[in-house]
Amino acid sequence: MPLLTRLREPTQVVFLALLGLVAVGWALVALDGGQFLTLESVVGIQQRSAALGIVAIGQTLAILAGSLDLSVAYLISLASLVAAEIMAGQDGNIGPAVAAVLAISALVGLVNGLVITGLRVHAFIATLGVALIIKGVVDHLYDGPAGKVPESFQVLGYSRIGPIPVSALLWAGVAVLAWFLLSRTRLGYRIYAVGGNEEVARLSGIRTGRVIVLTHVLCSVCAGIAGLLLASRLGAGAPTVGTDGGYDLESIAAVVLGGTALAGGKGGVAGTVGGVLLLAVLDTAFNQLEVNSFVKDVVRGVVIVVAVAVYARRTVGRPA
Amino acid sequence: MRRALPILAVLVALLTAIALVNPHFLEPAGFLAFLKRAAPLVILAAGQYFVIVSGEFDLSVGSLVTAEVVIAARLIDGDESATWPVLVLLIVIGLLVGLVNGVATTKLRVPSFIVTLGMLLILSGAVFLWTGGAPRGALSEGFRVFGRGGLGPVPWSVLILVALGAAAIRLMRADFGKTLMAAGDNERAAALSGVRVDRVKIFAFMLSGLAAAVAAILLGGFAGVSAQVGQGLEFSAITAVVLGGVALGGGRGSVPAAMAGAVTLEALFTLLNLYGISGALEFTVQGVIIIAAVAAGAIRLPWKPTPRRGDAHAAS
Repeated sequence: MPLLTRLREPTQVVFLALLGLVAVGWALVALDGGQFLTLESVVGIQQRSAALGIVAIGQTLAILAGSLDLSVAYLISLASLVAAEIMAGQDGNIGPAVAAVLAISALVGLVNGLVITGLRVHAFIATLGVALIIKGVVDHLYDGPAGKVPESFQVLGYSRIGPIPVSALLWAGVAVLAWFLLSRTRLGYRIYAVGGNEEVARLSGIRTGRVIVLTHVLCSVCAGIAGLLLASRLGAGAPTVGTDGGYDLESIAAVVLGGTALAGGKGGVAGTVGGVLLLAVLDTAFNQLEVNSFVKDVVRGVVIVVAVAVYARRTVGRPA
Repeated sequence: MRRALPILAVLVALLTAIALVNPHFLEPAGFLAFLKRAAPLVILAAGQYFVIVSGEFDLSVGSLVTAEVVIAARLIDGDESATWPVLVLLIVIGLLVGLVNGVATTKLRVPSFIVTLGMLLILSGAVFLWTGGAPRGALSEGFRVFGRGGLGPVPWSVLILVALGAAAIRLMRADFGKTLMAAGDNERAAALSGVRVDRVKIFAFMLSGLAAAVAAILLGGFAGVSAQVGQGLEFSAITAVVLGGVALGGGRGSVPAAMAGAVTLEALFTLLNLYGISGALEFTVQGVIIIAAVAAGAIRLPWKPTPRRGDAHAAS
């Protein structure tokens, strides 16, 4: 399986980087007189990364197919509002609310995909346009938090089984599903083929348009799930929850940190999980060292560029 | 130029629609006021054009504009004599940021999407770290005159826009423009035929940084100092360029068309305001029109199913 051996490479790098970062963080925090990986901070890392992690998994699928999705941040806000409004504090409404969020997300993904493949609009512009459309609707209807999430649904955001938060389990579930899809199903191989070279994929009989639309539907559904998770954590829907988290660009950064090529066709889910964890560990280390939050942005920017530069060197070093 | 035709049609339609509601718009004063408001975005679009036509992205221009305005306010702090040195410094910072973007993209072989995204984080973080969270200081009158004042009835910003636009067109007709276009169309072929691809791309990024610096000077005078002054400008500029029929992925499109795209976008904002479409829904209409305009540009008559021009890989 040449595909799998190729996937293993960048994944290893990101986990090595993660180990290195944990070691450095440990040393710095210890010098500072603290303890780095306490149970509390590990739980914190998992909770902090769960929402971004789920979005990034979806983003991985879109990017692997040679596309990308800039509409996820606004979709997350929309999903949180839809969920909280339909639930309205009633336990009985959880089912319909989840179904509605998933349906709306799938619809947004379908629109994204059809605009890209049917109208031949570049993914960057298409998803940016859809993002603006969602932003307009959300901002028009809501000024602040709305709706109410019942206690029983907040379990998703806060409770945990042993040291593992439920939200992290949800993230793991999504990741495993995506991994299975990519490495064990026909659709997965087609996604790699379309991202690698769309023209060749089409000539080999793949309906490339259909594959791209499907990855966008899956990507948007992931964003919808992240919106549900954030709604359960906030106890309400919020029109800015997606953009405040910067989930659009941050999820793309996490995917690329994980060694997936922005041009598509190369990479995988495991790397993305590593990339998200890397960002979360970085965050935790900064919080424990009480570093100014603006320094965090600067360092994060440098880390992202340097990491991708390292991958680029490695690919140059060996014949593709 | 054929790719520019759809955008010119859209522009004429929008301008007509504006004139129908507001007849004052077609008088010189009204139109100059419109151009004055549009100037920063048009200049940014021209800068972004160079980067996009070379096959790259520049996502850092929005935060660069914010950074420049905040830096100017802090350094000038109302002191009239500091105006010119700070103006020079802003231009140098713009060029420097472009240089870093360009070198990281070409020499480190990091996709420009990621490089400029990193630069976005670095710039916004660094500026707010320096100012402690909120912009401080004030711009001098001498600084503001570029965004507000004018030479007789003609605003300075329109004169600057015309000068820079002419320079951009001139540049694309020179050797640099031809090599830049070649590098964006097929990097390998261009390199094999002797184009110093890295060098022209770095220069393109520096032009984009320069455009951001000039746009910041105009916006600072026009709109004043705030931490939100450049927010979202990177997406507006890229949208404007694409509206002008310039292909993401490089190698296609012209500077005048990109600048016409920016004027169109600004005309769209003006029209939405005039028709009183309330604040938020404006975004929705904007989103629909952007997608529709780009889709209309992608449809070639007579209709035949041509393959998409490798644009799915534009981000590489």
